[in-house]
Amino acid sequence: MPSITREEVAHLARLARIELTGEELDHLAPQLDQIIDWVKHVSDVAAADIPPTSHALPLTNVMRADENRPCLTPEQALSGAPAAEEQRFRVPRILTEEA
Amino acid sequence: MSDLTRRTAVELAELMTAGEASSVEITRAHLDRIAAVDSAVKAFLHVDAEGALAQAAAVDTRRAAGEKLGPLAGVPLALKDVLTQEGVPTTAGSKILEGWKPPYDSTVVQRLRAAGIVILGKTNMDEFAMGSSTENSAYGPTHNPWDLNRIPGGSGGGSSASLAAFEAPLAIGTDTGGSIRQPGAVTGTVGVKPTYGGTSRYGLIALASSLDTPGPCARTTLDAALLHEAIAGHDPMDSTSIDQPVPPVVEAARRGDVNGLRIGVVKELGGEGYQPGVEARFHEAVELLTKLGAEVVEVSCPHFDYALPAYYLILPSEASSNLAKFDAMRFGLRVGDDGENDAEKVMGLTRAAGFGAEVKRRIMIGTHALSSGYYDAYYGQAQKVRTLVARDFARAYEQVDVLVSPSTPTTAFPIGERVNDPIAMYKNDLCTIPSNLAGNAAASFPCGLADEDGMPVGFHVMAPVMRDDLLYTVGAALETALAEQWGGLLLSKAPELEVSR
Repeated sequence: MPSITREEVAHLARLARIELTGEELDHLAPQLDQIIDWVKHVSDVAAADIPPTSHALPLTNVMRADENRPCLTPEQALSGAPAAEEQRFRVPRILTEEA
Repeated sequence: MSDLTRRTAVELAELMTAGEASSVEITRAHLDRIAAVDSAVKAFLHVDAEGALAQAAAVDTRRAAGEKLGPLAGVPLALKDVLTQEGVPTTAGSKILEGWKPPYDSTVVQRLRAAGIVILGKTNMDEFAMGSSTENSAYGPTHNPWDLNRIPGGSGGGSSASLAAFEAPLAIGTDTGGSIRQPGAVTGTVGVKPTYGGTSRYGLIALASSLDTPGPCARTTLDAALLHEAIAGHDPMDSTSIDQPVPPVVEAARRGDVNGLRIGVVKELGGEGYQPGVEARFHEAVELLTKLGAEVVEVSCPHFDYALPAYYLILPSEASSNLAKFDAMRFGLRVGDDGENDAEKVMGLTRAAGFGAEVKRRIMIGTHALSSGYYDAYYGQAQKVRTLVARDFARAYEQVDVLVSPSTPTTAFPIGERVNDPIAMYKNDLCTIPSNLAGNAAASFPCGLADEDGMPVGFHVMAPVMRDDLLYTVGAALETALAEQWGGLLLSKAPELEVSR
């Protein structure tokens, strides 16, 4: 049985917001299966009493004083926008008719 | 004065201090070299000739005015295209960022500017730094100057190739799983991954935030140390930046004294899967260090065997989250915005069109590893392996000062050879990944050519957290001893590139 099926890969693509073609799915699904089959060996050594490490070095939260500091102008912030209007990012509609 | 491109950064700085060459002359010589050879090497995605000459002229003016300048002022550099430079196109090797001009400088770029270092342009890389060959760049691969049919390593293949092709004396890379060290190894150049948090990630387009580390690339150990010093140190803009003094890397590179240094050869990083020519050069280098007074022992790090699969769970998990920002709303590509499609549809179409195959693969693996029902089995287990790898290092450093291994299991392979076999490609990073998981400092130094193919071999040194200076101690000792054998740097053996007009 594969570690991951073509249907699961299609579901993942929807979660990741990537519109894959059928051809891409055919190509990706066996590759992902092979990769997942390989990476799951991590379970061979990771016993229950081992604490997880999310970060190489101990971390403490970093705060800064709540003061005004120089920042990007609206023009700079919008300079890379695919579309802008009235000093705002213009985005496609987010609601459907029925909503 | 075409030989200006053959000089080290230190030599160029001396010429400028002595008034024998200006930064404008030096910069122009490198721009000419890029024009002559980059159509074959393809190290650069963008050459900022005008900007570079303006920066160079500014340094010359300051020098003429008697201002005290840093040791690398006026020396040109190639910048990996994953770091933002205000107003200069920054793509991270991806179509989704084609044409994007960042509105701000990364901390690394700010520090390069403060040091008077001249930025020639942006270098090619695997898309979002995912890869070991630059074949995943959306703009086509970079070619290894030692053999144009072979890969220059990756992800920072453009930076290392620019050094080996004498297009720049200095370069910046970023290392998440080996992206500075592996390209350094396969191009016969020096590549250093500082301690995680030793250099700032502000303005670095994130791949895996708990692993990403910017660092110096150069042709000599001392040049790399000077660049390391210029870019390293605490940065309040990066919450994981270490608030401690930069380790004395330049002093270590100048001394290069390994007498009494305890060196551990990692047992697990050798043997099956390692090219004979790589192992031969590696063991000769170890012998050389012994002759120079180092004490060499074998050390076992049993969990290093699991570092690679753990990395290929941790990295995609972090990457899938980091790359969620490419949503077609605020910057970058937007596809399918026809007034009918809703935002979600536009997002899906844009990401399908803007991301390459490897990026899609890793986003999907990461999404899977983090999804409910699988999180504990994959991501959780990988984080435990990370603990085990860090413990292996800690135990090893009780016995020895540094650990060593080959930098890569093989030399540069032919372009195209591994593109359809992701796991074979991932194995390039076998030796480099443990240091990313544990956050310690590590570097690759040239140690000769493999007999089978005449391609460069890298010597990998791993030092404890914030002991980056030890990397330079070993690198400098090795470089001096090998230069005596070879009658110069390894790169002096590289074939001449055909010059086009």
